[in-house]
Amino acid sequence: MQITSRMREYWQKNLQLTAILLAIWFVVTYVVAFFAVPINQVTFLGFPLAYYIGAQGALVVYVAIIAFYARHMNKLDRDYGVAEEG
Amino acid sequence: MASKTGNSFIDNLGRIYGLFTGGFLLFVVVLAILEQLGLAPKIIGWVFLAATIGLYALIGVISRTSDVAEYYVAGRRVPAVFNGMAVGSDWMSAASFIGMAGSLYALGYDGLAYIMGWTGGYVLVALFLAPYLRKFGQFTIPDFLGARYGGNVARAIGIVAAITASFTYVVAQIKGAGIITSRFLEIPIEYGTWVGVAGILVCSMLGGMRAVTWTQVAQYIVLIIAYLVPIVWLSYRLTGVPIPQLMYGQALAEIAALEPVLGVTKPYAQPFVQMSQANFIGLVFCLMIGTAALPHILMRFYTTPSVREARVSVGWSLFCIFLLYFSAPAYAAFAKLEVYKHVIGQAIANLPAWVTNWGNLGLITIKDDNGDGILQVAELTLNPDAIVLATPEIAGLPYVVAGLVAAGGLSAALSTADGLLLTISNALSHDLYYKMIDPSATTTRRLMVARTLLLIVAAIAAYVASTAPSGILVFVSWAFSIAGAAFFPALVLGIFWPRATKEGAIAGMLVGFGLTLFYVLTTSGFMGLPKYMEPWFGINSIAAGVFGIPAGFLTIIVVSLLTKAPDQEVQALIHSVRYPNLEPERA
Repeated sequence: MQITSRMREYWQKNLQLTAILLAIWFVVTYVVAFFAVPINQVTFLGFPLAYYIGAQGALVVYVAIIAFYARHMNKLDRDYGVAEEG
Repeated sequence: MASKTGNSFIDNLGRIYGLFTGGFLLFVVVLAILEQLGLAPKIIGWVFLAATIGLYALIGVISRTSDVAEYYVAGRRVPAVFNGMAVGSDWMSAASFIGMAGSLYALGYDGLAYIMGWTGGYVLVALFLAPYLRKFGQFTIPDFLGARYGGNVARAIGIVAAITASFTYVVAQIKGAGIITSRFLEIPIEYGTWVGVAGILVCSMLGGMRAVTWTQVAQYIVLIIAYLVPIVWLSYRLTGVPIPQLMYGQALAEIAALEPVLGVTKPYAQPFVQMSQANFIGLVFCLMIGTAALPHILMRFYTTPSVREARVSVGWSLFCIFLLYFSAPAYAAFAKLEVYKHVIGQAIANLPAWVTNWGNLGLITIKDDNGDGILQVAELTLNPDAIVLATPEIAGLPYVVAGLVAAGGLSAALSTADGLLLTISNALSHDLYYKMIDPSATTTRRLMVARTLLLIVAAIAAYVASTAPSGILVFVSWAFSIAGAAFFPALVLGIFWPRATKEGAIAGMLVGFGLTLFYVLTTSGFMGLPKYMEPWFGINSIAAGVFGIPAGFLTIIVVSLLTKAPDQEVQALIHSVRYPNLEPERA
C-alpha cells in the first residue's frame, strides 16, 4: 500500500507528541534527581519535595502521560483516517 | 475457536470480578469472626492458602483451551482494564509485595530509585512499544525480531536473552512462594517450593495465556486488597486519617526530628546517603529501560483486541501498579517511626511484642553490643521482609490480616511466575520448535510441545529454587539491565528507524547482552566469583545497563550504516506497524 503525504503527516505528529511527552518524563525523573538535594529543602504537604516527587509526584505524572498519549493518539487515528475498523 | 461461553464471559467480566471481590472480602470477614470465636491461627493460615490456590486452580481448569491463539495470546480479546490488572500482577512479584517496603526502610530516599524505575518504564512501553507490537500482532517478542531482522539469527539471540532474563527471575518467584507456604503451613521449605510450583502449573498448563490472564486478574484483586488493608488501618490508628499515602509526610517529619536525638548519621529522607547520585540515576535508567524490555510484560500487550485498547491498557497497567507502589513508602515510613519511637532507646527486656515475635523467626536481630541493656540504632537489624509482614501486628490487627498478607504475597509470586514460565516455554515451543525446527507441525502437536516444555521448565526452575543459595535472588536485579541492553535498542530502532539492518541488530544485541553480562560477572563478586575488575566510574553492577544499553544502540546504528539498507519487504512491515489500519502484506 502506498504511503500518502497525509499519512506521513500523521507519523510526524505522533513523533512530535512522543518527543514532548518524553521530555516531561525526563524532567520529572532525571532533572529532579539531579537537583534532588536543593529541591528537598522545600516542604510540600509535609514532605520534603524531592522525596515527594520520587515517591508520588513522578508516578502521577507517568500515569497522566500515558493516559494523555492514549487519548490523543486514538483521536489522531480517527482524524487522519488510519484508525482500525470496528 | 471462540468458545461458546467465550463472548458472554467477556461481556460479563465486570460482574464476574465484582462478585469475586465481594466474595473474597466476605471470606476474610467470616474468617475474622471465626478467629474471634477461637479458630486457631494455624488453621486460618491453611484455609487462606488452600482457598486462594484452589480458586486460581479452578480458573485455570475452566479456561483450558486447545486453540493456538487462545493458548499464546488469550484469543486477543482481553479488554484494556483487565489486561491492565493482569499486567499489574504479572509485574508485581514477591519482591515488590514483601520486599519493596523493606528496601525503602533501609535505603530511605535512595530506595525511591526502585519506585521511579519500575513505574517510569511504562512510559517507554506506552510511547515506544505497546501499540506497535500489538499492531505487529504475532505471539512472542522473538517473533518481532525474527520478522523485522529477517531470519533465525536475530530470533535465536532473542530466545537466549529472553530465557536468561526470565529464568533467574522465575527461580526467585518460586523461592518466594516456597518461603511463604512453608512459613504459614509450617512445612519444610523444599515441600513449600513444590506446593508453589503445583499452584503455578495448575493455572497455566491447560489454558496457557488465556488461563494465566484470568487468574492474574483475580490475583491482582487479592494482592492489592492484602497490601492496602494493613497500611490503611495503621494510618488510621496513628493519625486518625485512613489515607496513609498522604499522612506519612507527617511521619517523615517526626523521623527527621528524632534522628539527631537517636544519633542517626544518615538521614532518612536525604538523597544520596546510601548510594552515590550517579549510581541512583544509573539505577533508575536501567530499571526503566529494563521494564520496557522484559518479554513477559511486553507479550501481554499482544492480548488486547486492538491498537487503541493496547494504548489505553498501558495506562491501566501503570495505574494498577501505582496503587501498590505509592503505598510502599508509607509502610516504610510508619515502620521507621514506630521503631524510632517505641523500640530504639527502650530496655531490651521490655520491647514491644512484635519485635520479639519476629525476632524469634530470625527476621529481626538484636545485639546488645555495648551491654547496657538499652537498644541503640546500630544494635537492631531488620530483614527487609519483616516490614510488610510485621505491620499487621504493629497496627494491632487480628491474625486473619497476617493470613491475608501471606495470601497476597503468594498471589504476587504465583502470578509473576506464571507469566515468566509461559514466556520461557513459549520461546522454546513457538520460536525454537515451531518457527525454527518444524514449521509444518500441526496445531495439536504444537500445543503438546508447549505444554510439555512448560512442565519441564517448571520442574527445572523448582529444582534450582529448592537447591540454589539465596544469593541467586540478587540476579533478579540484573535481569533488568540484561533484558534492557539486549532487547530495547533492537525493538525501538526496529520500529522508529527504517535503516536499522539485520546485521546491525544482531551485532547490537550481542554487544548489549554480552557487555552487560560481562560487567555483572566481573564486578559483582556474585556467588563467590572473584572481582576481576574495578567498577567503571564507580558504577555498581546493578546498574550495568548504563554501559550495555548505549553500547547496544551505538552498535546497531554504526553497523547498520555500514551494511546494505533493508529491502522492500521490511519497509512494508515497518509501515504496517506504524499505521493502525494498514494491512500487513503477507502471503
